[in-house]
Amino acid sequence: MSYTRPAFRHPEAQKNKLGYTRQAYEGAISTLCAGCGHDSIVGAIVTSFFEMSIEPHRVVKLSGIGCSSKTPAYFLGRAHGFNSVHGRMPSIATGANMANRELVYLGVSGDGDTASIGMGQFAHVVRRSLDMVYIVMNNGCYGLTKGQDSATADKGSKSRKGAPVSLESIDLCEMAIQLGAGFVARGFSGDKKQLVPMLKAAIAHKGLAFVDVVSPCVTFNNAPTSTKSYSWVREHREATNTFDFIPLRPEITTEYPHGTNIPITLHDGSIINLYKREDKEVVTSKKEAINALEEAKSIDQILTGILYLNPDSGEYHQISNTTETALNTLTETELNPGNKVLQEFNESLR
Amino acid sequence: MEKTKRVNDFVVRFANVNGSGSASANNLFAKVVYRLGIPVSPKNVFPSNIQGLPTWYEVRISEKGYLGRKGGADFIIGVNGQTLREDYDMVLPGGYFLYDSTRELPDNFQRQDVTKIGIPLTELCNNEFSDNRMRQLMKNIIYIGALAYLLDIGLGPVTESIKKQFAKKPKLAEPNIRALELGFEYAREHHTTSCELSIRPSDAVGNRILIDGNSAAGLGALYAGATVVGWYPITPSTSVIEAFERFANRYRIDPDSGKKNFAIVQAEDELSAIGIAIGAGWNGARSFTATSGPGISLMSEFLGLAYFAEIPVVLIDVQRSGPSTGMPTRSQQSDLLACAYASHGDTRNVLLIPADPQECFQMTAEAFDLADRLQTPIIVMSDLDLGMNDHLCEPLSWNDDTRYDRGKIMSYDELDKMEKQWGRYLDIDHDGICYRTLPGTHPEKGAYVTRGTSHTEYAAYTEGSAAYERSMNRLLSKWETARRLVPMPEITIKDEQAKIGALFFGSTTASALEAFDRLEGNNIIINRMRIRAFPFQKEVFDFISRHDIVFAIEQNRDSQMQILLAGECQVAPGKLVPVTNFNGLPITATMITNQIHTTLLSRGREFLKSTALS
Repeated sequence: MSYTRPAFRHPEAQKNKLGYTRQAYEGAISTLCAGCGHDSIVGAIVTSFFEMSIEPHRVVKLSGIGCSSKTPAYFLGRAHGFNSVHGRMPSIATGANMANRELVYLGVSGDGDTASIGMGQFAHVVRRSLDMVYIVMNNGCYGLTKGQDSATADKGSKSRKGAPVSLESIDLCEMAIQLGAGFVARGFSGDKKQLVPMLKAAIAHKGLAFVDVVSPCVTFNNAPTSTKSYSWVREHREATNTFDFIPLRPEITTEYPHGTNIPITLHDGSIINLYKREDKEVVTSKKEAINALEEAKSIDQILTGILYLNPDSGEYHQISNTTETALNTLTETELNPGNKVLQEFNESLR
Repeated sequence: MEKTKRVNDFVVRFANVNGSGSASANNLFAKVVYRLGIPVSPKNVFPSNIQGLPTWYEVRISEKGYLGRKGGADFIIGVNGQTLREDYDMVLPGGYFLYDSTRELPDNFQRQDVTKIGIPLTELCNNEFSDNRMRQLMKNIIYIGALAYLLDIGLGPVTESIKKQFAKKPKLAEPNIRALELGFEYAREHHTTSCELSIRPSDAVGNRILIDGNSAAGLGALYAGATVVGWYPITPSTSVIEAFERFANRYRIDPDSGKKNFAIVQAEDELSAIGIAIGAGWNGARSFTATSGPGISLMSEFLGLAYFAEIPVVLIDVQRSGPSTGMPTRSQQSDLLACAYASHGDTRNVLLIPADPQECFQMTAEAFDLADRLQTPIIVMSDLDLGMNDHLCEPLSWNDDTRYDRGKIMSYDELDKMEKQWGRYLDIDHDGICYRTLPGTHPEKGAYVTRGTSHTEYAAYTEGSAAYERSMNRLLSKWETARRLVPMPEITIKDEQAKIGALFFGSTTASALEAFDRLEGNNIIINRMRIRAFPFQKEVFDFISRHDIVFAIEQNRDSQMQILLAGECQVAPGKLVPVTNFNGLPITATMITNQIHTTLLSRGREFLKSTALS
């Protein structure tokens, strides 16, 4: 990575609906290895929020521990961030979201942070249908501790050290579908054209949107024999239904060819246009979504795209009937029943 | 052997089978005594079980107002076959043993110093009620009826309490009143003069209420404006959250929308429970969790984050017997050290230590102000005895002029006007407490990344030694601010010249005060200090240094308060003398007097002489 970023910006740089240039969505300089997939995802996050014209300070960035969890410092510098403890981002996100339901919550985690130490919290935040985007930057290894296999490393895959992975791998997308996530997608850090609209759709989704992004670790897990390497993923990637994400305005299109078109309207009025291929599955069925993932795996393919979608999945505040107002703005007036009530309570005990 | 003959000063103990519906009958008895105006202290000794294991309910009745556990019982209601022998043997000499005489007692129940009172509970019940569940439940009410006669309570006060209890379902009151009369009549006919214990109406209770500490703590959180709860069920803390939820559903529903002005998340474990509370506290809501020992162990990592990243959060620890799963339904004060220094590295946490339910209410409410003011975890140290048993205490009250102290939070306007760069960890006021911002406040100013890694004054990641040392030292300076803000100890100097002092805290208080009265009766004058918070104030150190010997009375094996004081106050070795009970049952005045006596005798007679002379 470069160590400095020029302060100069083109005076006619494109501005979004809010009048911000892309710069307003950037963060500090990355300290990850040059070529790290995570940096591409950071770029996609910046582009998504910029193009969606979301005020950067209305976003909350949360993470756990690991290379991926360092990235919130590298995007949306005007947003508050919380780099919590290992595997515990989902609980911090839950509490933060309970306190103020009006902000956008973006959790960033890694495969170690989610599929191992944070498995319990991952499963339960999904089950709770928290209104957040949960991104896993998935490289199949522990980068910060120098390349140990993680629980998402595919069985038989070989990392730089050459020993094949001997244990079964965990497919977080399959789990998320089973646990009730309303939006489940898998992207590849090397394909921004797919990733940007995917992230936008995830942001627009009300409820839990889970996005697993295969993101090669250039230092420890990029050998051609690794199933999380750039070359392997490029060769074995199979996109499921291609799609466009159409926010209320303006329309953003991708370069995927248009075919049979199935529009799905999200909670905020945005539309995802799915281009269903004749031989492909319907993503609104849990069963077919899981089948598709398993079938792709059986022929050594990585299925990418929006894998499952339930636009009516609901979210935790709705489920638990919390007030529409942000709880952190309530005052004594709404919160404290007063001494008279307390005296009546005392009396009821007598 | 003469029968024990006493008025308003004895212990009644009920020996039951868990899950047989005895709890509500036994509660009814305690409530009736309370309503007659006599100070009463009920203690539930229950197993970690839903049905079948033995359970006891001990009611101390004390006109003088001694509310600690007494140990021993003058009147035992033995209706659990599994423990019949044990219960019979436990009756104090001169005492009484009420049993179900449908089946006669074994031949070897032949104590000459115990008055046996047989009431054919099963027979009376089966003759009257046909439904099986009713038969089981009403058996308990029948013995309450018998007690109403034997202890001279009369039917009136008990009937009244039953009617009050079933005010909304008068149909249910009927069989209860019938069962009550059955027991009363049987006792009057067959045991006219059996019992010499008597309850007489009094005004000794005064204005006080009878409530459990957990309900009071739940109410305290409600009044303090807590809106977010993350929790995981664990005995004996569960009822704190249940109480909060009950009160919130009553008092916190938005009148216009019918929606909740609070959010309760039952988490997957304690790690998540505290994480939720911390996330909400960070985002500007008042939030808390409640747990017990095993939960404290699990929450420790997160407590360190909240300490180091400086996030307000309230944790209510209802302590139980450890280590590990220990005795989950027995009481102890054994999380003191674990909480004071919870988490790795140099972490220290503020503790508040309530002694009765009124303080559970008040200190829980205060904890939220302190958490916001100090931007750090505040732990309320309750225990099973205090939390789950009913205690007599001053009525709860709230000053309606109170405004929540939300601490140093930058508003939009303050950020907007700011010319210099804002720094999350800049100690502008030199009190160790910095200004924080909440997400979403200002489009351009005040954003930062909160982290558990070392950070500069501007919240940037750093591995620089100097910056790290500065931040750690500033946290110590904040600790000094905390010392000035936490509740002061309650010190009573009985005698300016006294060389003996004693310190205690929390649920030990009632028994300790009773013990001091007894010792005073033997001319041993002891000055006393009830510690109410950690960090300790100068007053705590001064109290210790003015005495030659200071007893540290507490309910754990290792004298954890003594260890904490020795480490924090530079106390001379041997000065603090442990007085402990860790058997899982609340400490008694007798345990305390015996241990103090023994020490004074072995440590030299000058203590006894000098105090006796003064």
